[in-house]
Amino acid sequence: MSEEKKTHKWEMVIDLDRCTGCEACVVACHAENNVRISGEDEAAQGRAINWIRIERYWEGEYPDVRTRFMPVLCQHCDDAPCEPVCPVYASYHTPEGLNAQVYNRCIGVRYCGNNCPYTARQFNWFDPHWDEPLAEQLNPDVTVRQNGIMEKCTFCVQRIRQGKERAEKEGRPVRDGDITPACVQTCPTSALVFGDRRDPDSRVSKLARQDRAFHLLESVGTHPAVTYLKRLT
Amino acid sequence: MEQEDRHWERIPKINHELLAPLLVTHWTYFLLIGVLACLVAAGAGAWTYQVQTGIGQTNLHPPIFWAVYIASFIFWVGASHSGTFISGVLRLTKAEWRRPVTRIAELMTFISLIIATLFVFYHLGRVWRWYYLIPYPNQREMWPNFRSPLMWDATAVFTYATASTIYLYLPLIPDFALLRERIGGWRKPLYRVLSLGWTGTQNQWQILETAMRIITPLIVMVMISVHSIVGWDFGVSLVPAWHSTIFAPYFVVGAVHSGMGLVAIGLYVLRKIYRLDDYITPEHFDKLAKLMLVTTLSLAYLYFAELLTIWYANIPDHMWVVDALLTGPFAVPFWFMATCIYILPLATLTNPAFRQWPLGVMIIGVLINIGMYIERVLILVPPLSYPRLPFNWGSYFPSWVEMTIIVGSLALAVLLYALAVKIVPVISIWEEKE
Repeated sequence: MSEEKKTHKWEMVIDLDRCTGCEACVVACHAENNVRISGEDEAAQGRAINWIRIERYWEGEYPDVRTRFMPVLCQHCDDAPCEPVCPVYASYHTPEGLNAQVYNRCIGVRYCGNNCPYTARQFNWFDPHWDEPLAEQLNPDVTVRQNGIMEKCTFCVQRIRQGKERAEKEGRPVRDGDITPACVQTCPTSALVFGDRRDPDSRVSKLARQDRAFHLLESVGTHPAVTYLKRLT
Repeated sequence: MEQEDRHWERIPKINHELLAPLLVTHWTYFLLIGVLACLVAAGAGAWTYQVQTGIGQTNLHPPIFWAVYIASFIFWVGASHSGTFISGVLRLTKAEWRRPVTRIAELMTFISLIIATLFVFYHLGRVWRWYYLIPYPNQREMWPNFRSPLMWDATAVFTYATASTIYLYLPLIPDFALLRERIGGWRKPLYRVLSLGWTGTQNQWQILETAMRIITPLIVMVMISVHSIVGWDFGVSLVPAWHSTIFAPYFVVGAVHSGMGLVAIGLYVLRKIYRLDDYITPEHFDKLAKLMLVTTLSLAYLYFAELLTIWYANIPDHMWVVDALLTGPFAVPFWFMATCIYILPLATLTNPAFRQWPLGVMIIGVLINIGMYIERVLILVPPLSYPRLPFNWGSYFPSWVEMTIIVGSLALAVLLYALAVKIVPVISIWEEKE
């Protein structure tokens, strides 16, 4: 088991050429991960919590305007700036390269939120609330986060665990495509691809080797686990 | 004992005048205490409300995760540098004029550190889990993360608080012994315990002097390390315009700058109320004003060095912040701050006649502290408002809960000081006699 743990390195590829900015990934993530629903007021205050967001940038002057969409989620950096600054080890690097957040340990000093160059970290300013009937569809595999703690994308760690357990039960290694986070599963244009970067034949490895590949804010030196593919069209 | 009595007779004036604040209480004192207590209660109410409902009662939101609570923490840790610098550095350099100023400043250090610590608690999202920050043995074998600058901070502030309490207390022992003999009532048993059986023998004086000789250089080093570490909370981060090597020295000098201002305020107020004109003379204000001039120039130099390097390198992430400060949305507070902490002190304190004017020096002290508070807010908010991905830019203004807690804490500081002057002589009696 521990041998197998060392063999995985979960990474994602985001093809900006394919992203249409439809935000289906945002909705899927909310449903899968019990991400709270923010009202209009909270959104206006800038407190709407999204583990993945579509950043929208305009290029050019009217009327020659082009829209650029860029999905941004936690980059699960290999050298994550959020990890060393946490005074209580709530922000923690798993052996498989995930940047985990231990909710029960977090005391809400929020240094990690400041130090994340991607502003990927989201904070629970109040206790969460879901309008009926949304409260009926909470995912039992995922904790509901309380007031005063930090949260962020987990690469759907519950799905990674399920995938590995299923493979173990069937006595086989995890195959490429066994594990798909909610955003990847729902993306209508397959702009998001997830997989094991240690497996050279996985889709994610093949795509990440393309010439179009780049990392977000590469100069900061965080070595993200999310690779973007440059938009050509 | 008898010998000491005769010793006192030679200087009954000092005793009489310096003990007066402890013995005589004007009715306005009770009024002041009442007003301050109401403000403290308002602050406590606001904090209770914040803890019960959520830290969302602040106006914080991504990407601005830290704001006025941390700015206030820096401000109060900075304020604590007043005492250490005045009494520590001046004791080391044997500047004799420090004597009547020392105790006033050391009390400020002690109280400021209490207030600074409170701000750490206001800031926590789950304050009821604050003890996770303490390295205590537990079943899960979890320790705090000593790689985190916040742990360095906690360690440094705790060390500083311990050391400065000892530093305040040691030279108080002979005074407590004097008070034990002079003051009856409810305070007598307190002084008996606090004076640790001091009788003023040669041996005891020698021990005290040795202790002071050992702790004085140590506390000066602790003082420098504490605000350096607070500076590194920002300096070691990745945030544009925080990530800078200048932060540690800049914070130390800034802390001394605001600390000097606070001492000027304290000196003026106590001198006025308790008619200590014979002890705190215009000469003291002159000396203090000269020190303030030195810190003004040093701080301005460091500030210039920081802005120049960012501006010349012209890295976009950093320039967004600098542009916002110099000409953008933060220009009004920025230039107001620069006027308060650089321009006005330079314009006034360079004039020898002005330095002899206690009220004037006090006003400059107030301006410096207002300016330095704004400066701390400007260290926090503008860099956090402009993260590297422009999609996430934000803005911030404190909520009423934040403002109430800040005002309540300031009131608590003044309240503690007002109560302390009824227990502790504000001028070190034995040092004055020497």
